[in-house]
Amino acid sequence: MELANIERLLVKYENAETTLKEEDTLRTYFASNKVAPHLKEYQLIFKYFKSNTDETYTKRIILKNKIKKSNWVMVAASIILLLSTYSGLNIINQYKEKKQAAENLAQISNVLKIVSTNLKKGNQALKKLHVYEDSVYKIFKNNK
Amino acid sequence: MNQSDFLKVVLPFKDKVFRLSKRLLTSTEEAEDATQELLFKLWKNRDKIASYRNTEAFAMTMTKNYCYDRLKSKQANNLTLIHSNYKEKETSLENKLEYIDSVNRVHLLIDNLPDQQKMIIQLRDIEQYDFKEICEMVNMKPTAVRVSLSRARKTIREQLTKQHNYGVSQH
Repeated sequence: MELANIERLLVKYENAETTLKEEDTLRTYFASNKVAPHLKEYQLIFKYFKSNTDETYTKRIILKNKIKKSNWVMVAASIILLLSTYSGLNIINQYKEKKQAAENLAQISNVLKIVSTNLKKGNQALKKLHVYEDSVYKIFKNNK
Repeated sequence: MNQSDFLKVVLPFKDKVFRLSKRLLTSTEEAEDATQELLFKLWKNRDKIASYRNTEAFAMTMTKNYCYDRLKSKQANNLTLIHSNYKEKETSLENKLEYIDSVNRVHLLIDNLPDQQKMIIQLRDIEQYDFKEICEMVNMKPTAVRVSLSRARKTIREQLTKQHNYGVSQH
């Protein structure tokens, strides 16, 4: 009797003509242990439907504009990064220039030092020449 | 409407939103993203919630539209890929069906239904909405909903029977 009723409901079920209440009857029947062997397929289906209801959304619900905010943070961060890279590059370039200038200066002053020592030598030689000239002059004067 | 009022409205159906998203998008991560996105959209329009006749039905419609959009853009991206894999997918379904357990078999069969049938079977057989609500959610006439649901139910059961007989005749 009951089985005949279930079979009748299943035909209605497949034609999408059952009410929610009738579908409840089917659900209860297939959740029991006394399902007729030739209706095993239906049992699989109803078992699946039941197990699927247990699936829940477990993540936290975020109601703040968090995603957008983090976007802004990212934009700001990238701008800062860009600027700092740019200014950093500038600083490095300036530093390099200064270093180069200092090196150049050192080199030039070195050269100048060498030149000046040579000049000094020349000067001393000239002084000796003066002394020599003086004495020659004295000798000549005395001879006159 | 403050945050706790809003949560009181939303909490009873957030799992249904999640399950419908997962049914249509087939991935848990994407369904979670969709749920979060939808709840946030509702929150932004919270002033209008009082004017909705049925907030839950409205949320389910939004879910449907959101998922359809996602699927459309995904399909646009993978169109060639899907096309070239079509045959292979067909055979692998049969192969897969042989090895997985019976409950997951039903899952896979639903997964292979057209999106509309998938959605209607989700709304009726899992969420147990009445026909009037389903018509409103999916924006379809009652007869069209019944035809779609009937097709989905028949396809699942017939495939299972076929699979079962195939399995029996092999042993």
